[in-house]
Amino acid sequence: MSIYEKPVLFAVAAAAVISVGTLVTTFIPLFMPSTQPVSPAIRPYNAVELEGRDIYIREGCNNCHTQTVRPLRTEVARYGDYSKPEEFAYDRPFLWGSRRTGPDLARVGGKYPDSWHYQHMSDPQGMFEKSNMPPYAWLAGRRMDTSLAVRKTAVLGYGYGADEVGRQVETFRATVTAPGYLFAQARSRVTPESLRAEITEMDALVAYLQKMGRDLKEFRNKGLAMVQTAEAAEAGNPYAGSKKAEEEGEAIFKANCRSCHGEKGKGGVGPSLEGKKWKYGGTDAALYTTISGGRPGGMPAFEAQLGKDRIWKVITYLRKLGKR
Amino acid sequence: MTGNGQSHAIVKGFTFSAVFWLIVGLVVGLWLAAEMFYPALNIAPWLSFGRLRVVHTNGLVYGFALAGIFACSYYMLEKLTRTPLVFPRLAKAHLYLFNAAILLAALSLFAGLNTSREYSELEWPFDVVVVVIWVMFSINVLGTLVKRREKEMYVSLWFLIAMVVTVAVVYILNNLAVPVSLFKSYSAYAGVNDANVQWWFGHNAVGSVLTFPILAMFYYFLPRSTGVPIYSHRLSIIAFWSVVFGYLWTGAHHLMFTPVPEWIQTVALAFSIFLIAPSWGSVINGYYTMNGNWEQVKTNYLTKFFLLGITFYGLQTIQGPTQALRSLTGLFHYTEWVVGHVHMGTMGWVTMIISASMYYMIVKLSGREIHSEKLAGVHFWLILVGQLMFTVTLWIAGIAQGAMWKATNADGSLAYTFLDSVAAMYPYWQIRFAGGVLYFLGILVFAYNLAMTARPKTAAA
Repeated sequence: MSIYEKPVLFAVAAAAVISVGTLVTTFIPLFMPSTQPVSPAIRPYNAVELEGRDIYIREGCNNCHTQTVRPLRTEVARYGDYSKPEEFAYDRPFLWGSRRTGPDLARVGGKYPDSWHYQHMSDPQGMFEKSNMPPYAWLAGRRMDTSLAVRKTAVLGYGYGADEVGRQVETFRATVTAPGYLFAQARSRVTPESLRAEITEMDALVAYLQKMGRDLKEFRNKGLAMVQTAEAAEAGNPYAGSKKAEEEGEAIFKANCRSCHGEKGKGGVGPSLEGKKWKYGGTDAALYTTISGGRPGGMPAFEAQLGKDRIWKVITYLRKLGKR
Repeated sequence: MTGNGQSHAIVKGFTFSAVFWLIVGLVVGLWLAAEMFYPALNIAPWLSFGRLRVVHTNGLVYGFALAGIFACSYYMLEKLTRTPLVFPRLAKAHLYLFNAAILLAALSLFAGLNTSREYSELEWPFDVVVVVIWVMFSINVLGTLVKRREKEMYVSLWFLIAMVVTVAVVYILNNLAVPVSLFKSYSAYAGVNDANVQWWFGHNAVGSVLTFPILAMFYYFLPRSTGVPIYSHRLSIIAFWSVVFGYLWTGAHHLMFTPVPEWIQTVALAFSIFLIAPSWGSVINGYYTMNGNWEQVKTNYLTKFFLLGITFYGLQTIQGPTQALRSLTGLFHYTEWVVGHVHMGTMGWVTMIISASMYYMIVKLSGREIHSEKLAGVHFWLILVGQLMFTVTLWIAGIAQGAMWKATNADGSLAYTFLDSVAAMYPYWQIRFAGGVLYFLGILVFAYNLAMTARPKTAAA
């Protein structure tokens, strides 16, 4: 009897055949670190930004706008740095889109002032004659319903309590409705009188647009090493005194540092690392800053190459050299 | 003749449901096409592009194509097993529930209730209904197969089984979500994984809805309508298993150059190229079947639909993997090129095969000749020319737009603003709209011809 005479067996065989590709390309990746990286630079959406994001979804903005900058030269020139996996850690669902009838928005946050968005969203053709974007002036005429915000942020596991959500909403309301709000004029022009003291759907959407890609930008502006230093100073070396980390650190040193700092840190192109004298300070935080961000005059930055964990291991090894 | 009045009514019911949703979906499509160059048509909020586009895609894939697939599946199932449907009343309930669900689903999308995940936009209560509908259908398919009188299952039945299984797996796994209210939920997956799972679904929705059952129709209705048996049984075996195996690996070719891990993209690309072989296995099987019988393209009004249909399938399955190549996707992706690609598959392959299959079934079920072979010819030429005008225009538009995005000045700065690339599209969008109108006229001729063929005999007398 062949399989072509047994429908149930055939169905089972078909299920087995389709499950191979499924397992390899979708199921197993669910558990790989490369598909779910986290970064201290990226923060979850606050309650208002999340509501704005839901408006973006409701209106189907993703049908015309993408949210991924590809690592192609002209694309980076047009939109900004290419997208990184960790930037989407809080995105449920993802909103990368598949068609650019309008431009990519992954880096739109902070690119224009709020007033630009209020005006553009209300009347795209008024700003760009040849634009074919639908006008969304009507969003400013709708009060933002935040009644589900607590539930939403809870489902998404953003870690806000009801108090925190209430505070975020109220802070935002107070900001955009204040007479001194920098963009009060532009906002009032599009928002009906009756809603000027409240959060509108337009306000929330603008808040979301301004959040997009902004975390990474701000993180960069502060300087990667600075943030890492602050963290490092606070946390200290997690491997301090560990013999095992010292050995691993030695191996990392040999592969990455020896070429300049010499065998066992005796010095070469770069300065000797023996003894307790450090050009840029000998605290954990200072050493971390030097290695992760580099120093002028030849010390390269190793943050991208080594990552936090391995940098701490090297520091553990350096402490051993320092005892000599 | 196997089958009974009950199942005939169900097949007819699904056939005309499909035609109805086809017309609705195309009207929406024309409206969208006009919005591209005439944005004042974005009447807020229900008719704004962002909401309307999902009504178009869902309406045509799940309203038109699925209804057509259900009609042909029930028909082929009875014929190929020489057994009546085991649960005709379940099939009848399936027909009513299906149409009610599509109507409510369309309204929900108009109202902005959507998950944003492409071809999977319906919110969770509708997902539950879809699963129920699928179970109803599957019970009849597998039940009838188990009870069948014909010992060996023909290749069309393999594709039906593959569809039943694959749709169930990809639909359920992709739609896992946590509800926050009756009409709002958040995906169970985040970021990179959400994208990867979603396009694994997106691609296999195309595979299991717009490929497997359409191939089932091709393998059944081509030999039935021409009287020539399929060229090679062995080739269809090889083509079947390799298509079913290969399809599931390729979702990430929709995600080239995104933050999805590079190895997943590369594996998807490799399998996409591999898929050309089995896809063309079916194309060649079709061509060789007609070897020595090519005069039927002229003499038999159905043959040209099947042959042009399978030709567009062949072109589609070459164009798809090609445009996924990294060097080409860098130029084509996110432009109108891809929209052109999709529409060759749907307007060329899917609709050609489904409409020809419907002519065949309705002629058989109504027990009379087709109302007008001449009108079927008009229908054929209008949808062929309309589709080509539509797709070729968008391919040129896509190349133009992609090139504008990439163009640089001597100092390396960008040559065009984004808006320049929008402004350049207007003439293409207008020609595309005209192509869509021609196509729509062809479909109206089809609907009229089919309805006249199916009208009750008493009325005709």
